[in-house]
Amino acid sequence: MEGFSELLDRLVLTPSRNGKIRLLVDYFSTTPDPDRGLALAAITGDLNIPAIKPAMLRTLVMERMDPVLFGYSYDYVGDLAETVSLVWPEPDQAHAPNQRPTLADVVDALQSASRSDGPAVLARLLDTAGISGRYAIIKLVTGGLRIGVSARLAKQALAELGSVDIAEIEEVWHGLEPPYLSLFAWLEGGAPKPEKAARALFRPVMLSHAVEDSDLAKMDPSDYAAEWKWDGIRVQAVSEGGLCRLYSRTGDEISGAFPDLLDAMDFTGALDGELLVGHPPEYTGSFSELQQRLNRKSVSPKMRERYPVFIRCYDILQDGKEDVRPLPFLERRARLVAFVAQLEPSRFDLSPIISFSNWEDLDDMRRHPPHPVIEGVMLKQKTSPYLAGRPKGPWFKWKRDPHTIDAVLMYAQRGHGKRSSFYSDYTFGVWSGPEGVEELVPVGKAYFGFTDEELRQIDKYVRDNTVERFGPVRSVRADKRSGLVLEIAFEGLNRSTRHRSGVAMRFPRISRLRWDKPSAEADRIETLQALLHEPNVAHHAQGETDTLIS
Amino acid sequence: MRPSELLCPRPEGLYCGPGDFFIDPIRPVNRALITHGHSDHARSGHGSVLATQETLDIMGLRYGDDFAGTTQAATLGETIAIKDASVTFHPAGHVLGSAQIAVEHAGLRIVVSGDYKRQPDPTCAPFEPIACDVFITEATFGLPVFRHPPDSEEIGRLLKSVSQFPESTHLVGAYALGKAQRVMRLLRDAGFDRPIYIHGALAKLSDYYQSRGIDLGDLRPATIEGGRKDDFAGSIVIGPPSAFADRWARRFPEPIACFASGWMRIRQRAKQRGVELPLIISDHSDWDELTETIQETGAGEVWVTHGREEALVRWCELSRLTARPLHLVGYEDEAE
Repeated sequence: MEGFSELLDRLVLTPSRNGKIRLLVDYFSTTPDPDRGLALAAITGDLNIPAIKPAMLRTLVMERMDPVLFGYSYDYVGDLAETVSLVWPEPDQAHAPNQRPTLADVVDALQSASRSDGPAVLARLLDTAGISGRYAIIKLVTGGLRIGVSARLAKQALAELGSVDIAEIEEVWHGLEPPYLSLFAWLEGGAPKPEKAARALFRPVMLSHAVEDSDLAKMDPSDYAAEWKWDGIRVQAVSEGGLCRLYSRTGDEISGAFPDLLDAMDFTGALDGELLVGHPPEYTGSFSELQQRLNRKSVSPKMRERYPVFIRCYDILQDGKEDVRPLPFLERRARLVAFVAQLEPSRFDLSPIISFSNWEDLDDMRRHPPHPVIEGVMLKQKTSPYLAGRPKGPWFKWKRDPHTIDAVLMYAQRGHGKRSSFYSDYTFGVWSGPEGVEELVPVGKAYFGFTDEELRQIDKYVRDNTVERFGPVRSVRADKRSGLVLEIAFEGLNRSTRHRSGVAMRFPRISRLRWDKPSAEADRIETLQALLHEPNVAHHAQGETDTLIS
Repeated sequence: MRPSELLCPRPEGLYCGPGDFFIDPIRPVNRALITHGHSDHARSGHGSVLATQETLDIMGLRYGDDFAGTTQAATLGETIAIKDASVTFHPAGHVLGSAQIAVEHAGLRIVVSGDYKRQPDPTCAPFEPIACDVFITEATFGLPVFRHPPDSEEIGRLLKSVSQFPESTHLVGAYALGKAQRVMRLLRDAGFDRPIYIHGALAKLSDYYQSRGIDLGDLRPATIEGGRKDDFAGSIVIGPPSAFADRWARRFPEPIACFASGWMRIRQRAKQRGVELPLIISDHSDWDELTETIQETGAGEVWVTHGREEALVRWCELSRLTARPLHLVGYEDEAE
């Protein structure tokens, strides 16, 4: 258990991706079965343990210590799991266990506890686990480790452990169960690759590279088909033998949040497409509408009605019993057209192919897309099979230019890892309020987009112009007379109730440092508000889109 | 006589009327008794200072030889009469030279603990519990959440990380007096025999520790003159905690920020400071040490100073001990 606790603590504080992978690989290679597999399941969210409510935890600890002292402690620490792990009284030496429980002991005890004796079983485990073990146990039973490690990253670590491609892990993943004995045996070379036992498995997706200027000159427009790049989330819908599953592009299963879509998956095959909200073909909702449906465990009928989801299909990977991934794009496209024609039209439609004769044509379409939910175009080589990963050549994305605004630097926070001595995370704002008494209102935060040299310059500026310090954060001089103007590029804007400004940017980054620009000339909040009100889908002339479909 | 007639808080610090002296005053006074060399307890500019030889030496290193009008070295365990009071210094186990001060008059004994800890520390003499009527305890970590693990475990985690990330420099933030040298010594005890690189602010004090027979091994300045950045890959660099937020830290490749402090027990504290590897190593007592020590002294009354007084006062009440907070100001233990 201590090894697992230590792993959690280190993962949460290690900012670098490679650092996290190293920690995971080391843990997996030095921890015996079944503990490592259970730890893996805990990290990927596949470990089922009966939940204990925070109120119950509080009751348990109150039975063991003075409530006033507990109150002081909880006020100070601010996190219930952490407080309880620290203040939980250790049993007397005489009753102390000679051995700490392993993760397997803990999982086993919790899973076999009945509803009524759950709290007592938990208390016994907390007695024996020690401080760090207690913390991990409480996190397990109250749900949510929150350690900043995605299932994808865990799989990447497994791939490194076994020196295999992550696509191989993803392919077998959904057929496996904790504690993944066959998986580890294969990765360590002691057993063959696990059979793809389950149906409706995820197929590793094909990804694209961004177009660079030099690319187009070498490419013949007639070799490529073009499609709009829709601004939803990329998904894979798989239905085999009566089993339907919806996956994110990283292979995480997200079926649970989309029962309306799953009901319509009455086919045998695997489709690649964009998950969107709306009523195709008339109405395609914005990303912020789609967000209403994302990251939910369950979804109310009202939600389903208000924000119906559908898939705009890009590709077909499995057609009935046939794996069509080796076929060239154009042949797959023909299969896809025929396949989608059989499906419920309110849940599945086709992503149209755009006709164009040269790159200038396409560039113009990319800059002026006919629909606000389009974020650019995709180029797909007509002869290419469907390949796992991000091969260079067959697929390119060519995005619409980002929006930009000029904002003023307001706060800077110290970075992590390599950047821990730099103020590298910036909160910026735009002007708001009546003329003459404008003030800056924060509209976003960005921590990349600049070169190392620019980082050095901004860091110096922050240190020289600090007006206040709050821990790792510095407030920077920013008024009408002085202030650093940053050109911020972003992909889109959502309404937000969390931010004072009422807007939240998608993917903001610093595109230019405007040392030359007086702070008073930075943008006003109205500029952003106007973007929010840009004509929505409903107002768009549908005919315009239709003419572009070949 | 009532205890408050023997010792009472004043704006300058804790004052003894019968002996006409202050203990750890925060402003210049005529006669000061100093428990240990940390700068919030040991300030310059007093008329005369009575402290252990090590504390006097440390004050001299920090402030220059003229830090006080006159100085007198106190030998541990020897009673010295000052006017109508008598005082005895006893080891406090906090840092090199640290002492508790027992003040006696007319059959009443009050022990001023200063800062203290009970975990064994190879760089200073261990704390001795002294029987007394009133015990004045610090409360830096006076909450039940503060429970320090054995320091060897923490050093073990540091060394494990060093072998796990051989291309990185482990930057260990540690208070310049006491903590830094303890970390060095613990590393040596754990078998780490490579050079340890140190920030300039640590040099004089570390040399002093070595001159007192505390072997810290091969210490080298963490500068890159004559060397390349890569030279620090795989090494351990120790410096004052503030240095790692500074431009100074940029010279090291792939730095991993570590911080040796009792505050690192609280995850949010580590997160806020951008610490990647928190090392829970403290020069102060944790909750269990505080409460056990209070019981050991047999004191019927406890005065609680600097820290989280309310929780320790509450614990005393539950244990049927008279207790009150002292509300002394001017002691900061954020960097401990």
